[in-house]
Amino acid sequence: MYDKGKVLIGLAIFVIAALSIVGYNATMGDVDSFRTDGKPGPEKPVGHDKCVKETAYMQTSHMVLLNEWRDEVIREGKRELVETVGGEMVEKSLQNGCMGCHISKVKFCDRCHDYTNVKPYCWDCHLAPVEAPASKEAH
Amino acid sequence: MAIPKVEELRVSVASEPNMFTGAVPKADWQDTFTEFKEGNFAYPAKPEMVEYHGFPNSRIWSPDEDDWKLPDGWEKIILDGLKERLGKFRSLKLYMDICVRCGACADKCHFFLGTGDPKNMPVLRAELLRSVYRNEYSVGRKVLSKMLGNRPMTVKVLKEWFMYSYQCTECRRCSVFCPYGIDTAEITMMMRELLHLVGVGINWILEPAANSNRTGNHMGLQPHTFKQNIEFLVDDVKDITGIDVTPTFNRKGAEVLFITPSADVFAEPGIFTFMGYLLLFKHIGLDYTLSTYASEGGNFGLFTNNELMKKLNGKMYAEAERLGVKWILGGECGHMWRVLHQYMDTMNGPADFLEVPKSPITGTVFKNAASTKMVHISEFTADLIKHNKLKLDPKRNAHRVPTFHDSCNPARAMGLLDEPRYILDAVVPKWHEMNENCIREKTFCCGSGTGLNTGEIMELRMRSGLPRANAVQDVHEKYGVNCLANVCAIDRATLQPLMEYWIPPTGDDPMATTDVNVIGLSELVGNALVMDGEIENRDQGLRFEELVTDDTEG
Amino acid sequence: MKVLRPIIAVLLLIVVGGLLGMSHGTQMLAGVILPSIAFLVFIVGFIRKVLDWSKSPVPFKIPTTCGQAKSLDFIKADRFDCPDSKSDVIVRMFLEVFLFRSLFRNTKAEMHDGPKITYGPNLWLWLFGILFHYSFLTIVIRHMRLFTEPVLPGLGFLEYIDGFVQIGAPVLYQSDLIFLGCVTALFIRRLIAPQVKYISLGSDYFPLALIFAIGTTGMMMRHLFRVDVTAIKQLTLGIVTLDWTVPANIHPIFFIHVVLVSTLMMYFPFSKLMHMGGIFFSPTRNMTNDTRAVRHINPWNDPNIKPHSYAGYEDEFREFMVDADIPVDKPLPPKAEEPAEEAKED
Repeated sequence: MYDKGKVLIGLAIFVIAALSIVGYNATMGDVDSFRTDGKPGPEKPVGHDKCVKETAYMQTSHMVLLNEWRDEVIREGKRELVETVGGEMVEKSLQNGCMGCHISKVKFCDRCHDYTNVKPYCWDCHLAPVEAPASKEAH
Repeated sequence: MAIPKVEELRVSVASEPNMFTGAVPKADWQDTFTEFKEGNFAYPAKPEMVEYHGFPNSRIWSPDEDDWKLPDGWEKIILDGLKERLGKFRSLKLYMDICVRCGACADKCHFFLGTGDPKNMPVLRAELLRSVYRNEYSVGRKVLSKMLGNRPMTVKVLKEWFMYSYQCTECRRCSVFCPYGIDTAEITMMMRELLHLVGVGINWILEPAANSNRTGNHMGLQPHTFKQNIEFLVDDVKDITGIDVTPTFNRKGAEVLFITPSADVFAEPGIFTFMGYLLLFKHIGLDYTLSTYASEGGNFGLFTNNELMKKLNGKMYAEAERLGVKWILGGECGHMWRVLHQYMDTMNGPADFLEVPKSPITGTVFKNAASTKMVHISEFTADLIKHNKLKLDPKRNAHRVPTFHDSCNPARAMGLLDEPRYILDAVVPKWHEMNENCIREKTFCCGSGTGLNTGEIMELRMRSGLPRANAVQDVHEKYGVNCLANVCAIDRATLQPLMEYWIPPTGDDPMATTDVNVIGLSELVGNALVMDGEIENRDQGLRFEELVTDDTEG
Repeated sequence: MKVLRPIIAVLLLIVVGGLLGMSHGTQMLAGVILPSIAFLVFIVGFIRKVLDWSKSPVPFKIPTTCGQAKSLDFIKADRFDCPDSKSDVIVRMFLEVFLFRSLFRNTKAEMHDGPKITYGPNLWLWLFGILFHYSFLTIVIRHMRLFTEPVLPGLGFLEYIDGFVQIGAPVLYQSDLIFLGCVTALFIRRLIAPQVKYISLGSDYFPLALIFAIGTTGMMMRHLFRVDVTAIKQLTLGIVTLDWTVPANIHPIFFIHVVLVSTLMMYFPFSKLMHMGGIFFSPTRNMTNDTRAVRHINPWNDPNIKPHSYAGYEDEFREFMVDADIPVDKPLPPKAEEPAEEAKED
C-alpha cells in the first residue's frame, strides 16, 4: 500500500516547518523595523563623541571589555580610571562609567540587543538606570 | 571438504585474524575477490529444478569455476530486475538510500561473528547491492563515483551477491539494532530474486520447493508414504503410552486443519514433536484432520522469490476450502510462521470461507488471527493450559533441563515470545534462560535457516551457529541445561548437529551424541500429558527414554 | 584517500567562501543568492525524494517485532516494541525518532578464547548520535533569531538555557561545544573503530567534515572575530523577506560559514542524510503487527499465481491414495485399462 495521505501530511508538515519563518515575518513580524534602512540605531550620547575604544571595536567587542573590567574591578580591585579615545578620564564601571554617557539602557543597549536577541547578564547584578522622560507618569 | 575437528575450530574462530577478532583487511572491500572452493558454497540448482519452476536460464554451472555461463546480456537482466523491484518494494528503495553506515549492525550478525568476514557485516552485505544501485541512480554518480563507493554491475559483484546472499539467513537480528530498521532480510531476498533471473540459485532450496509443489512436502513424500510415516509414530505413541491416537487424513468436514512442517513427520527429533501433537489433540478430543496435499508447513519459496512463495503457500487455503474446515492450526516452524503471519493473507487471502478461529475446548476466540484464520500451536496450547484443560505432570520431564531457543521468525516477525515460555513453565519442573543478548528479539539464528541447512557447507553452518551454541554451552555449564527447546522444524534439523559439534557428549552414555539434545516444545507437552486410559506407571518418554520416577528422583 | 578527499573538498569550499566574502561585489552571491538557491534545492530535493519513495508501495506488512505481540489476554504484550494499533506505532516511532530507541539496544560483541563470545553494553554511538542531533537542532533553532523580527518568542529562554554556565563573553553555548565534540567523536570513531573504518565511504566522511567546518566557523564568528551581528541580521532577515541586501563590513568568515551551510543544504537531499525523512518510512518500524487480524493489501498481488491444484495432485496420486485409504474426490476408474499408467510415478 502507498499511504499517500500520510505521506502528504508529513510533507505538508515539513514544508510548513521550513517556511514558517517566512510566514512569521510576513504576519507577526514588525515589517518596518527590519527593512534595509531600518538597521537599529542605538541613540548616541549627547555631548560625548569618543568612547574608551574606537566605535568599530566597541560595536563588536564591548562585551569583552566589560568582562575584563568586571574581573579587574571585582576580583583584583584595580579601580583606576580609564582614558577615552578623546582623552577624557572615566570610571571603570558600567553604571558610573558607561552609563554616565549612555544614559538610557532602552535607547542604547536594548536597541541592538533586542534586535539580535542577546540577553547579557549585566543586569543580573547591576540596576538599570532609571529611564528618565520615557513615561508621562514619571515625576 | 571435510569439516575441521571441533578442537581446531574452537581455536581458530577465536584466534584466526579476521575482522571480528580485530584484524583489518589490507584491501578495501571493493577490491577483494570472492573465492569459491568446495565447502564454502551450496551446490547450484540442477537445470531440471530451475526448469521445473519455470525460472529462466537453466544450465549446468559451478560457482568454483571462473565462467558461470551467464546468459548474454545478463547485466541488463539484473539491472532491469532491480528497477522493477525498486518499483515494487518501498523497503528496497528506502534501504538503498538511507543507510548511514553507522556500523551498529556490524557485530550483530551470526555469520559475521562466526566467520569474521567483513562482507558478512550486514551493512556491507547490503552495500554489495547498494553500490550497484548508486551507480545507476545516485545524483552525481558520473563525477563522484569513487567517493560514493559506486560499482558497475560486473561478474565479480554478481559472485559476491551469490556468496553473501547465501550467507544470510534473513533472521532480521540486524534490523532490531538498526536505527532506521533497515532489514537485511529484505535486501538478501532481493539479491536472491535477482540472481534467479540469471539462473543462479542453489539446489537445496529449489529441489525441496519443487517437491513441495508436486507432492505437498519438501521430502517429496507421496500421500501413502506420508500417511505411513505418521502411522509409525502412532504405533510408537501406542507402545509408550498405550493410547491410540489415530489421526485422520484429508477428511472433509473436520473442524480444524492441522499443518506442520513435513520434517516433523520423517526425521528425528521432529517426529517426537509430532507425537506430542498427536497426544495433545487426542487429550482434548480435537476434531482435526491432516492433509497429504497441504502436508508442508514450510515454504522454501520464501527463500527464492515472492511468486514461488505465494504459489506454495496457496495450497493451505485451497485445501482448507476443499475440506470445509473452520480454521487452520499451524505447527511449530519458524519461516513457515513468517509466511503465515506476514504474507499469507496478503498473498492468498481473504479466507472468507473460514471462520474466525475459536478454540472448541476453551471457547477462546483468537482475535489476533481474525483475518488469516490460522493459529500457532503455542498460542493454542498456552490457552488450553491457562484454562486448565490439560492434565499435566511436569515431573515426567524431570530428566530434561531445557533452555529455550527463540527462532528468528516467530521472535522478530511475529512477536511470539512468551507463549512458549508460558507452556514451558507448565510442562517442565525447571528451565533456564540463556544470556539476555541471545534470546527473545535478540535471539541468534541456528545458522542454517533460509535453505542453508545443507551438508556441503557444514563448516560455515557450524561457524554461523557458533553464537547460538556458545550461549547454550554457557547455560549448560552454569545450570546443567541438557536440552534445547524450540518451536521450529529447521531448528530441530540444524541445532542438533550444531550441538553435537560444539557440545560433544561428556557422560558415560555411549549412545549420546551431545550433552544438549534438541527438542520441540510440543514433545515436552506431549510427554507431560497424563492421558485417560494410559498404561499404568508409564516409564518411557516419547523417545523411549527412561523417565525419572518418584523413587529414582534425587 | 577516502578520508583525505572529503577534507580537501571542505577546505576548497572554505577557500571559495573566503574569496567570495572578501569583496563586497561577490558577497551578494555567497551570502544571499547561494543560500537562497541552496534552501530551495533542499526543500524541493527533499520533497522529490520522499515522493519517489512513496511511489513504490509497501506490498507486505513486515514490522520487526522487538517484543511480545498482542495475542492472548493473559500474555502481556509489549505494545511499543511490538505495536498492535496505530497509537502504539506512533509511540514506537516517537521513541525511534526522538530517543533513538533501536540504537539504544546496541551491544558490543567480543570474541575470547574458548571460544567465548560476550556481549557488552555499547552506548557510545547512541550517546554521541543523540547529543549530536539535539545540539544540531538547538543550534538551528537558535539561529532563528537571525531570521525573525521581532525575535520568535521562546528563543531568549533557549539561549539563556544554552548559555547557562555563563563562560566568557559572548557567552559560550553548551550546544556548540557538544556539537563540535560529537562531530569530532563520530569522525574519530570512523577512523579508529576497525569495523566502522572498513565500511566507511568518502560520502560518510564528507558530511562530518563539512558539519565540523560549519560548527567551527560559526564559533569563530562569535568568539574569535566577533562579527557584527546586527549587520548580519540585516542580511539574513533580508533573505527571508526577499529584501536582499549586503551591509558593509561583514567579516569574510561569515561568507565561509554560509557557503558551507549552503553546501550542506544542497548535498542533503541526494545523500544518506535523507535518513531524516527516511526513518518515518521504514516499514519494519512504522507498521502494526496485526497482519493476521487485518488483511494488508498488496497492489501488485498477482491473482494468476495459483498453487498446484488439488485436482492435479489427486490425478497423479489417486491410486496410492485409494490404496492407503485416503479419501479422494474422484473415484478410481473401473479396473479394466492396461497397466502402462504405472510408469508415471517418479
